[in-house]
Amino acid sequence: MGALQRVLLKHPAYFLIAPAALWLLVFFLFPFVSLLSTSLSDPSGSPITGYEMTFRFQNYADVLADYWPYMVRSLVYASIATLFCLILGYVLAYAIAFKAGRYKTILLVLVVAPFFTSFLVRTLSWKLILGDDGWVVGTLQALHFLPPDGRLLATPVAVVAGLIYNFLPFMILPLYASLEKIDPRLHEASLDLYANPIRTFFKVTWPLSLPGVVGGVLLTFIPAAGDFINASLLGNPNTQMVGNKIQQLFTTAGDYPHAAALSVILMAIIVVMVLFYVRRAGTEDLV
Amino acid sequence: MTRIGRWIGSHLVLALGLLVLLYMYIPNFIVALMSFNDSSGARNLYAFQSFTLDNWLNPCAPQGMCESVRVSIVIGLAATIAATILGTLAAFALVRHRFEGRSTMNLMIFLPMATPEIVLGSSLLAMFVAAGLGGQLGFWTILAAHILFCLSFVVITVRSRLSGLDSNLEKAAMDLFANESQTFWRVTFPLVFPGILGAALLSFSLSFDDFIITNLNSGQTVTFPMFVWGAAQRGVPMQVNVIGTLMFIFALAIVVGGELFARRRAKVLAAR
Repeated sequence: MGALQRVLLKHPAYFLIAPAALWLLVFFLFPFVSLLSTSLSDPSGSPITGYEMTFRFQNYADVLADYWPYMVRSLVYASIATLFCLILGYVLAYAIAFKAGRYKTILLVLVVAPFFTSFLVRTLSWKLILGDDGWVVGTLQALHFLPPDGRLLATPVAVVAGLIYNFLPFMILPLYASLEKIDPRLHEASLDLYANPIRTFFKVTWPLSLPGVVGGVLLTFIPAAGDFINASLLGNPNTQMVGNKIQQLFTTAGDYPHAAALSVILMAIIVVMVLFYVRRAGTEDLV
Repeated sequence: MTRIGRWIGSHLVLALGLLVLLYMYIPNFIVALMSFNDSSGARNLYAFQSFTLDNWLNPCAPQGMCESVRVSIVIGLAATIAATILGTLAAFALVRHRFEGRSTMNLMIFLPMATPEIVLGSSLLAMFVAAGLGGQLGFWTILAAHILFCLSFVVITVRSRLSGLDSNLEKAAMDLFANESQTFWRVTFPLVFPGILGAALLSFSLSFDDFIITNLNSGQTVTFPMFVWGAAQRGVPMQVNVIGTLMFIFALAIVVGGELFARRRAKVLAAR
């Protein structure tokens, strides 16, 4: 009887966890190590023959010098989108949690339902909505918010609007989960103690919903920062994000080491931001 | 600012919330509308020309589209089954057992969800190429990737359902002389099942919809999102909107049906 067998028999939990742990090891940890190793490889190889690992840190300097505007653009677009998602998502999550009464479940289902239509198909439909002959552009032009030849499609506005739309449910669900736990009697108590509704919101509801805010912001910001679909379909060559560059380097350019280096940088920035943000927000029980 | 003010205040929030919800449905309306669009001879593919039923009558007319839907369904089902089994087992281990490495495992499950898809996809591609599989990208590499990103969502969903479970119910079953396996299959499993079902639905929709990771690891295999992406460069066939609308109707039917079923079951149980 081997040592492994003894351990397994002693802890039935290891039987249950082993398949998932193995999968995560082989298809998450190994790939990440591969990514790091590729990012330090000599770019003179090819995807077919493989790349030679030479600790070439120059790759990182190269991509930072060449592509930093894409990185900055991604972070800016994702931040704006996250802020809008927080505002829109909070209103809807609050309405469902406190004002929907017996329609709570139905409304929650309605929040998720549109997202069963393919992501790409829905994003393409924004091309029509924001198109130059569409009523949105027409109305904005009539109201002089846009110059007569102004457009929305193929502008940063369209890209950010696409990001907001696509990642909104990732904000709503965690917000709802934490708003729903708040006892409505706390609102009544606050109002009884002569706080007006606005004060009640900022002194009672908002602080209690912070775990949801932190979760929602992370779940919105992270995918938005790595996205390239909205930038590709709704933007123009000057609104490309870092995701566009990574995927171009991998697929059309076939320059894996530089693509991998850019990917590692994106991940590193996100990890640093997440750690900093989670510490500031004071909720470390996310995991 | 007394009762009238408060009435307006409370209904204002609800009205604004419903507006946000309406906004989330605009693209679905457009997709449904465009599925009836006659785009033949149109220069602008992103405007409604005239009404037709052709797209619905000949959904498979665009070359390769229905094949791509079939590929997506097969990959979606396989990934869902695998991820649901692996994830459910892991969720039981994490909630019901204390073991060494438990918090490491929790972190490992959280990490893929906190990683942007482009990073997940590129690291998988880097590994496949390093392993000499660069020429064999296709069905199996897509499937492995899909199982990976569905897995975390399954664990999270089932875990939350399981930890919300009242363990007194199981103790009661044991007190009533049910043995361990009876307790599990007659009490625990039925109570956790809605969570498992929800996780499976989520997995399927994540897998069916994935583009970023799939695109990097697909080789020559074309899934439905990849078909749409490829078509978007030239001009999307309107049948894409038919598929989009059908998916929406299916999903709504499953979710609403499940909800009605749960309500009826609750009523039957209450009447006993």
